[in-house]
Amino acid sequence: MSLSLDLRHDGPPLDFRADLPRGRITALLGPSGSGKTSILRAIAGLLPVREARVTLESEHWDGAGVRLPTRARSIGLVSQHYALFPHLSALGNVEMSLTHLPAAERRTRALEVLALAHVGGLEHRRPHELSGGQKQRVALARAIARAPRVLLLDEPFSAVDRSTRKRLYLELRRLHEQLRNTVVLVTHDLDEAAQLADHLCLVRHGRLLQAGPAADVLNRPRSVSAARLLDIPNVFEGRLTREGGGERLLHWGPHRLRVAALDPALPDGLLRWAVLPSNVLLAHADRAWNSDLENAVPARVREVVELGGEAVVRVQPAGLADAPLQLRLPTRAIRRHAVSRDADVTLCLRSADIVPLCDDAAP
Amino acid sequence: MDGTAIALSARLAGVTLLVLLPLAVLLGRWLAVTRTRFKPWIEGLLALPLVLPPTVVGYYLLVAMGNQSALGRLFEAVVGHALAFSFGGLVFASVLVNVPFAVQPVQRAFESISPDLREAAQCCGLTRWQALWRIELPLAWPGLLSAAVLTFAHTLGEFGVVLMVGGNIPGETQTVAISIYDRTQSFDHASAGAMAALLLVISLVTMAVSYGLVERLMRRRRSA
Repeated sequence: MSLSLDLRHDGPPLDFRADLPRGRITALLGPSGSGKTSILRAIAGLLPVREARVTLESEHWDGAGVRLPTRARSIGLVSQHYALFPHLSALGNVEMSLTHLPAAERRTRALEVLALAHVGGLEHRRPHELSGGQKQRVALARAIARAPRVLLLDEPFSAVDRSTRKRLYLELRRLHEQLRNTVVLVTHDLDEAAQLADHLCLVRHGRLLQAGPAADVLNRPRSVSAARLLDIPNVFEGRLTREGGGERLLHWGPHRLRVAALDPALPDGLLRWAVLPSNVLLAHADRAWNSDLENAVPARVREVVELGGEAVVRVQPAGLADAPLQLRLPTRAIRRHAVSRDADVTLCLRSADIVPLCDDAAP
Repeated sequence: MDGTAIALSARLAGVTLLVLLPLAVLLGRWLAVTRTRFKPWIEGLLALPLVLPPTVVGYYLLVAMGNQSALGRLFEAVVGHALAFSFGGLVFASVLVNVPFAVQPVQRAFESISPDLREAAQCCGLTRWQALWRIELPLAWPGLLSAAVLTFAHTLGEFGVVLMVGGNIPGETQTVAISIYDRTQSFDHASAGAMAALLLVISLVTMAVSYGLVERLMRRRRSA
């Protein structure tokens, strides 16, 4: 673990502890107002926090009687609106972060990083002569020019159009392959976090909800709040029991789901659980092999909405009027199997895809 | 035309500017970013010369400069003559009454710089002074220009305080404005008229040029 944080503050409220892995892109994902930008500013030393411990490897930036000024921290920051110096050219902006070098070296290095950020040839343009994407690249070039050990990105893609954003994602990943520095990305965009981050921290009300490798966090939220933050609509309540043979069952309305993959330490009783829309399998109700399916649940299709190459299907499991379940399927699957409104289908909820959720109060 | 008075006014305006502008930059920058709860009081104090009659300001300055005061005695001990009714006293008074004209435009200019840019400067590793020189001053300079022009023009035209503090000593404290008053009193309308016209033209030209420059700079800034 590399960048270690323990931040406590009142306005905005923060009570945040996390270790961000070295050389990886970590996304701080949370709704607006959740304090993620404050966390980034605290790392940079721009927000004086009531109680702060910020440690990079063994170097104390905050805490233990130390408070390193921003300029002494090995950071680069790209802010939401880039904050390019309007009176300086792209080159001048980048050179401004290289004042510790002699003038000639400064120029060489600045041109080098501008080329690395794909804005070579635009070095003499002023910020107002650059497009949104170009401004973002210049800001990125300025941030990486000093070869900072920690690169801080505060919603850096929010002000550019979609197609530029996709290209910038690609460029950022490539750049990161080369630089291998620790990147902290603040975003409220789930897709952005999913595409860019190796490691994910879910933040709400200034607290860490869940942290871990991005794939783990995205697929296995630990709490109802985390599931909500990850935009998982299928959160349900059931009752967990242990049968005679030690087999565990999840009673969900009239259905009994086998949950062998569940953590044996989970106590019997009320259990909130979730299943990702992409993990729900759909089968025709009349197929003979339905009985072989794991946790087959009969249901009726209530709605089919096609969104590009994907369809969102809302179904109502039998005997559960108030538990609509959402699944996502490729459009061609919808066409091939003629999934339409009011069709009777069978759902398959694999034991491994049933995610138990703890209460929000627990860490 | 009273060449001596014109030269004296120009010299007073120049010296005032030289003394006041660096002070205004430091004070204006501080006021732009400070969060002290005394800020309204400090701003109010600095703006006093705008609302007080020049005679009131002049009276207090005279008291402050007299040999009853520590400042007056210190000055006399160092320089050898009294601060009141001398060019030095005039500069001191002129600097004080011009504080609002110099500080306010500078403060507004620094306030208009986005905090994001200040933070970006810190993240670039710039020290406070480097950030001031390389980022903030280049961005604030329309405000500095306004401050300089206003101070210069206002000093050329200052009458009440100068009369109270400096008196009317040709070559030492008799500025153009006072010379005009003097000539009018002695019915030398030709000379008074010529100097009044000169002051009018200088003031108009400097103000127009500065407004024009600031406007152009601001337009360039807005498009950035």
